[in-house]
Order: sequence, then C-alpha cells, then structure tokens
Amino acid sequence: MKKIIIADDEHKILMSLEYSFKKNGYDVYIARDGTEVLDFLKTMVPDVILLDIMMPNLDGYSTLEMIRHDERLKDTNVIFLSAKNNPKDIEKGLEMGADAYVTKPYSIKRLMQRIEEMNNR
Amino acid sequence: MSSFALFSVVLVYLALLFLVAYLAEKKKSKLWINNPYIYALSLAVYCTAWTYYGSIGVAATSGLSYLTIYIGPVIVIPAWIYINTRIVRISRINKISSLADFISLRYGNSRSLSAIITMVCLFAIIPYIGLQIKAISETFHLVTETPVSKNILTDSATFVVVLIAVFSSYYGTRYVDASEKRLGIISAIALESFLKLFFIIILGLFVIYFVFDGFSDIYEKASRFSDFKAKNTLNGVEGALNWMVLCMISGTAICILPRQFHTAIIENRQEKHIKTALWFFPLYLLVFTLFIFPIAWGGRLIFNGQNVNPEFYSILIPQYFNNTVVTVLVFLGGLSSSISMIIISSITLSIMLSNNMIIPYGLLGKFKAENEANNTRIITRIRKFSIFGLVIMAFAFYKYFILKTSLDSVGLISFVIIAQLAPGYFGAIFWRRGSYRGVLTGLVAGLVICYFGLIIPQYYFSYNQEFKGVLRSMYDAFSFFDIPYLGRIPEVFFWSLLLNAGLFAMISVSMKGNYRERNFAELYVDIDQYIQNHENAFIWRGTAYVSDIRNILVRFLGQKKTEQAMRIFNLKYNIDSEAETADSRFIKFSENLLAGRIGTASAKILIEGVTKEDKISLKEVLNILEESKENIILNKKLTEQSQELKKLSDDLQNANENLIVKDRQKDDFLDSVAHELRTPITAIRSAGEILADDDDIPPDIKKEFLNNIITESDRLNEIINDILYLDKLEHGEIALNVRKNNILETYKKALNPLLHLIQQKNIHISEVNLLNHFIFEYDEARLIQLFQNILGNALKFTGEQGTIQTKFFIREQELMITVFNTGKHIPEEDLELIFDKFYQSKNQNILKQAGSGLGLAICRKIIQNHGGTIRAENSGLGVTFIIHLPHRHKNMKLNDKKAL
Repeated sequence: MKKIIIADDEHKILMSLEYSFKKNGYDVYIARDGTEVLDFLKTMVPDVILLDIMMPNLDGYSTLEMIRHDERLKDTNVIFLSAKNNPKDIEKGLEMGADAYVTKPYSIKRLMQRIEEMNNR
Repeated sequence: MSSFALFSVVLVYLALLFLVAYLAEKKKSKLWINNPYIYALSLAVYCTAWTYYGSIGVAATSGLSYLTIYIGPVIVIPAWIYINTRIVRISRINKISSLADFISLRYGNSRSLSAIITMVCLFAIIPYIGLQIKAISETFHLVTETPVSKNILTDSATFVVVLIAVFSSYYGTRYVDASEKRLGIISAIALESFLKLFFIIILGLFVIYFVFDGFSDIYEKASRFSDFKAKNTLNGVEGALNWMVLCMISGTAICILPRQFHTAIIENRQEKHIKTALWFFPLYLLVFTLFIFPIAWGGRLIFNGQNVNPEFYSILIPQYFNNTVVTVLVFLGGLSSSISMIIISSITLSIMLSNNMIIPYGLLGKFKAENEANNTRIITRIRKFSIFGLVIMAFAFYKYFILKTSLDSVGLISFVIIAQLAPGYFGAIFWRRGSYRGVLTGLVAGLVICYFGLIIPQYYFSYNQEFKGVLRSMYDAFSFFDIPYLGRIPEVFFWSLLLNAGLFAMISVSMKGNYRERNFAELYVDIDQYIQNHENAFIWRGTAYVSDIRNILVRFLGQKKTEQAMRIFNLKYNIDSEAETADSRFIKFSENLLAGRIGTASAKILIEGVTKEDKISLKEVLNILEESKENIILNKKLTEQSQELKKLSDDLQNANENLIVKDRQKDDFLDSVAHELRTPITAIRSAGEILADDDDIPPDIKKEFLNNIITESDRLNEIINDILYLDKLEHGEIALNVRKNNILETYKKALNPLLHLIQQKNIHISEVNLLNHFIFEYDEARLIQLFQNILGNALKFTGEQGTIQTKFFIREQELMITVFNTGKHIPEEDLELIFDKFYQSKNQNILKQAGSGLGLAICRKIIQNHGGTIRAENSGLGVTFIIHLPHRHKNMKLNDKKAL
C-alpha cells in the first residue's frame, strides 16, 4: 500500500483529502504542521508528501528542505499544495526541489491522477 | 620712585606687549586670538589718557559733562549692527584700508578728496597724540617726583616716546597690504584695554574702601561741598542742551575717529564679532565711568584747598598714601591708554599718509619702473618712517603748543574736527545723490568754522592774548553767531556741522556728480546686492589689455601672486586664460589687488595709465546700473522660481514614492485577500467534488462534508464583510455615532452572544469593575464589535477550563479596559504585528485561527477612530489586551450630521 503524508493547518481541507486518498487505497498520515511531518518521517518513508506552504511552527519550505537533506527520502515525491498562486511563488517552490506545485483550489481527481503518474514513473 | 626704576618697569611692560603681539601673529588660528572679545576689547582704544586722567579732572571741576564722552557712544553703538556691518562689507570687497580710502572711493575714487581727508585727520589727530605724550610725560615725572628736564634729549619721558614709536613702526608695517589684519597689534591693544580697565578698578576700590569707608562715605562727605549739587545735575535746559550736543560729538567720534575706524572696520575679521562688541563695548565703557566719580570727588576731599591738578588725582591719591604699587599700576593703566591710542592712530595715519598723499602725489612714476621687492620695500619704509615721524611730530606739538592746555579740551577739539567728515561718511552709505563737490564744499566750510571757532582761541590766544590782525577781526566777526546758551565747543560743533551738512546736501542735489561717483554710490548703498560679485557692478568701458595690467600687478604683487590671483579671477568668472582684452571686471579686480598696498586712488591712477577708457555719460551709467540691477532682481527671481520648482518636484517625487508604497501595499493586501479566500474555497470545492463523484459515500460523512460547505461559505462571507468594513473604517465612510452610553451594558451586549461558546469550553469568565461612574461617550455599535473581536480572539486561544477576565478602571481620568486570557504567549516581536491585516497568514509561528484575519485590525481601527489606543502584552499566565478610550477627543472621526 502506498503511503502518503498530508500536511495542512486547515481541518476541512485535510478531511476531504484524507477521505479521497483512503478511498483510493492509500495509507494516509495527517499532519497539522511541518514538525508533525518530520515526526512521521522518523519512523517511516512515504511515497508521497503533500505539503501546504503556510503552516504554523514549521512552514512548507523549511519542511521540504529537511526532506531533501534526508537520503532515505530521495524517492519520495513532494508536492506543494498552496493558495499562493503567483508565478514567483510557484517558481520558488519548484526550485527548492518540490516535484510538483499544485495551487488551491484544486481538483482532487486531477491531483490524484498526477500522483499516480509520478508513482508509475 | 626713581626714574631708572620706572623706566625699567615701562621697558618690561613694552616687552610684554611685544611678546603678546609676537605670539598672536604666530598663532593666528588659536581661540584666544581668534575670538570676538579681542575685537570688542580693541575698540576700547577709544579710552585714552583723556579717560584715565582728563575725565577725572572734568568730573572734579566742571561736573557731569565728563559722562557725555561715554554716553554718546553707548547711544550710537547699537546702530553698528546696521552701519558697521555694511561698512565692513564695503571695505572688505574694495580692499579699503583707511577712513580716507572709504570716503574718497565713494565720491569717485578721488585722489584730491582722499588727500584732503588725510590732512584733516592729521590736523585733528596729531595734537591728540601729543596729548597722550603729554600725559605719559607728565605722569612719568609725577610718579618719579622729578621735574621735566628742559633739554628733551635728557628728559627720560622722551625715551619712552621713542620706544613707543619704534614699537608701532615695527609692528604696524608687517604687511605691505594695508587692508590685511594686524593680529599682533590688535591682540596687544586688547590686552592693554583689559589692563587699563583692571587698573582703574583697582584704583577705584582703593579710593572707595581704603581711603574712604565705602561709596556712601565719599558721597556723603563730598555732598558737603557747596558746588556738589551744581556739578552733579544737568543744570537746567541750557546745561542739558550742552550735554546733548557733547553726546552727539562723542557719538560721531566713536564712528569716525580714524583709530576707531581702523579697529572697528579694517581689523574686523568676522561680521559676527560686531554683535559681541555691541553689548561688550558699552558695558566696558559703563564700568570705566563707574569709577570716575569716586576718584574725582575722593581727590577733591583729600586735596581740598591745595593747588593740585585734578587731572592727576588718579596718581596723586595713591601717592599721597605712599602706596607705590597702586601708583605704578595707575601709571601703567594710563600708559596703556596712551600707548594703544598712539599705536593705532599712528598706524592708520601712516597708511593714509602713504596711500593717500605720498604715493599718489609723488611715487607712482617710480613704482612703475621698479620690481616687486623694491616697491614693497619702498611702501613699508614710507609707512615706517611715517609712523615714527608722526609720533615725533606729536611730541614736538606737545612740547611747543599744548603744554598749558587741558587734556579734555584738546580731545574735544579733535572730535569736532573729525566730525566734519560725518556728512560724507554717513552720506556714503545712505544717500546715492551725495556728490564729490558737495562733500568737499561742506568739509571746507566746516573746517573754516572750526579754525576760527576752536583752533585760533585754543592755540593762538593761549600764547598771545594780544593777538591782532586780519585773523583777529575775522574771528571777532564770527561772534555774531554766538549762541548764548551753548558752550564754545558745542556751539562750534553745531554751526560747523550745520553748514557742512547743509552745503553737502544742497550742492549734491543741485549739481550732478560724475558717472564714477554714481557707480560707487550704487555699490555702497546697495552693498548687500553686490556683495557676491561686486566686480560686475563696476562700470568701465574702453580698451585694455590683460598683459599691460598684468605688468603693473607684477610690480607690486610679484610674478607668483599675480598669476595666482588671475587664476582665481578667471575661475570665478569663467574666463578663458588666453583672453587678451580686459573687461571692466578685471579692471576692478586689479584695482582691488593694488588698493591695499597703495590705496584706492593710486590703484585707479596706475590702472588708468595702461588702459584707455572711453567717456561714458552719467545717463548711460544710470542705464547700465538699472539694467544690472534688473538683472540681479531677475536673477534673484529666477533663483526663487527654480527653488520653488525644485520644491514642487521634490513634493511630486515624495507623492510618487508614497503612491508606489501605497500601490505595493494594495498589491500585498489583494494577494493576502486572494489567499484568504482560496482557503475556504478549496475546502468547499473539495467537499463538493467528493459529494458529486462519490456515490457510495457513507451518510454521516456526507453530512459532514455538507456542513463543511455551509460553514466555509459563511467564513467566505465573513471575510468579504470584514474586508469591506475595514475599508470603510479606514476611508472614514463609517462615521462614529458617539453618544453617552453605559460601558458595562455595552460590554454585556457584546458578551451575551458568546456566553454559549464560553460555557461549551468551560472557560471561567469574570469582570472586575473599578469604576464609580459608567457613562462614557463612544459609538456603542463599534464598541460591541470591538469587544466581540477581542473576546472571540481570547476564546480561540484560551484552552479548556481557562480564564478570561475583563477589568474596567480609570487612569489619568481616562477609561482603561483590559481583557486578560490564559492563552499562549505571543512572541514579543509580534505583539504589534498582530494588529496588522491578515497577520496570521504572514507569520508562521502561531496557530492558525479560523476567521478572517482582520478582527484585530478592525479593533485597532475602531479604537483609533475614537482617538484611543490598543495594545497587547504578555502577562503572567497569558495575554492581556489593553484598551485606552479617551474622553470625547478631537481626533474622533465624527460626522455630526449623521450622528444627529
């Protein structure tokens, strides 16, 4: 079973993502901020991480940086999910090493398809 | 005291002056030299032996009129701030080095006028210098208790005089350019001024406290003299009139006496020094006069009935009490007064003599053939010998003319003669029409009256009572003009100046001056306009070659200095250094370069010799002056306009920068708004997508998603409302409806809708009320909103079973409300930022709150509109919001129409 960590500080956004990924057969781990993501990563290696950028305590950028420094996670796909949608922000996110940058609001269906494509590659 | 001992004291004293002069020359920039008090003290060269001895004699024998010599200056000196400031400017830019230069330059740079003025000064001042020598000599013999030797060559006083002559001729001619500042001499003079005041204070205290029992003792004893009252009052209208005229005489003298002109104008290094002198010098004079009275009357009490000269009371009193120290100090004080007068007078007279008589009338031809070194040597040698010669002449004058006359009368006669220059002098800076012919006629007429009214009786009659002949009958004819209630000197002063000024005015008005006079009249009267580039104001037309003028300059300045000066000139006026023909500016510039060395008149003559000037009519000159004046005004206007433009463009720049900042703020705000809106939209869209695509969704989850859609829609609406509301608050579209309200009731109204949520979270809420009245003025609806935002905020951050406490109290008569909650501390650096819009989304380190992110921003705006403040503070176990609500405040954004 594919493992996915979903990090966002909005409860209602997490709810719908959790429901959809579970339904599609993912093992879903829910994090409220960057530190919770890092906590999960101590004990597991997920296939995909969905990261919000604006989160309390540790934001998406910093979390990604930690992830990219971890050898174990070199095959993990990290996708930014953010309401910051201007080109500069997107460019910055990709430059930092995210595999994809998806702007809010998104279609869960298309998000899922993209993740499937990434996993198959 | 023996002659030898006193002579040694004098020698040591002169050596001290030499030393001071030497040190001051060496350390020109040092503060003790370069300060306004040196300048102000040097003006006290006004107080001569006449003050030291003569005034005391006057006070003892003829009463209050001694005061006029000091009161006149004290009255006139305040006007210096205007008069002397301008004269200093005029003299600086024209390189004027003496009184004769100053007056004659204004009236067409006339050689003859400057020579006549020099003569007047010589005639007036040489007897005056003689007077100083007389004082030195007589006091010397008085102190040493020796008789005056018949043979001048063996008289010790002669040696003192020669010493002084050597000193002044050495230090007075250090610079060939007479308009240079003589720091050494001036510092020595300032020291002397200080010492003479210091010594007379010692003598005064000696008389008041040693000889008598205080001032009132002298007064009481002296008042028993039968003539005491008459001598210490003005004696009716007649006396007052005399008194007033004497004040006028001394008031004129303090401005025009050559030595005063020299110290006040030529030696002025900074205009601001005049300001210090304005209060310091009158103060000096007042302190000086303070001691004249007790010394004079003390002397009369001591020597009552004895035949002693009251002019020498200052020496006789300490001598009478066998106090050699005070006697010698007083002698040195008198010596200081005399020496400083002799030095400055002889220097300035020698400059006039050389620059205004000897050089222009005899040496110009020789100068043209010599080189710079020789010319410089000739000029300084002339001045050296002039100084020496003048002192010796004065000595001779004293020996053969004024042995018998009093210090006071000789001084006053000098004053009256010098006062004849007043119409020309003051006319120069105030009146454009004043002309050469007018000045000359007035001056000659005034002098004639002085001659018959003062010189003849003073110097002829005192030796030859039986004096007869043409002069006698002419003198007798003048008695027709006798004014019975004026004394002789005031009377002559009145008539001579009346005639002098009258002729000056009449002739100037009826006969036009030549163009050169008119040119300088403009320059003098409007000095402030021309101060920057005065060379432009000089009108000259004709043919002149730079090389010719340069040849002249080289003969006086030398090759190096000439080239340096020309470089500066070319730079200033942006002139090509290859230019062959010289324009008016260069001619004036060259005249200035020469003026300090050989005087303005000679400078003009020398330059005239190598140039060919075309005739210009007065009308043309006036036109050109008018034009240049218009140009100056136009220039000024343009400058003003360009400054205005500059200011406008600066304003625009600022406005633009403001706009850019505002624009960026607006962009940031829109970004934030978009971001804030997308979050609930994402939640709604996701829930909708699942509900639409997933048919076999469990009913409870379906319900949850539907609820999410509803709450997030509400949230969207809330954000939009808050944005619009805040925008209206910020733009003043929401007027405050300020009424008298009960603050506790308002608070309850805000709290009630929240009670349900508070109970759910088990939060303990309480109020502490320390008010004794509850009625305040505010907009109730806005304050309810404020409380709800703050309480809602507190509610969000306070955990289960936490506490919220609201406190009402008065501080400095204004309402304070604090809301405390046991929530997590806010990082110190964020305590202010939390009131910014969408703060939560910009700072990562705080738990995200549901809500618009505008609540606290709205709170701040509401309280600001009430003229109050709000801030947050970490306190103890939680966070406190502190609200300060002032009384109805002028900063309240009211719209009274709406409020009604």
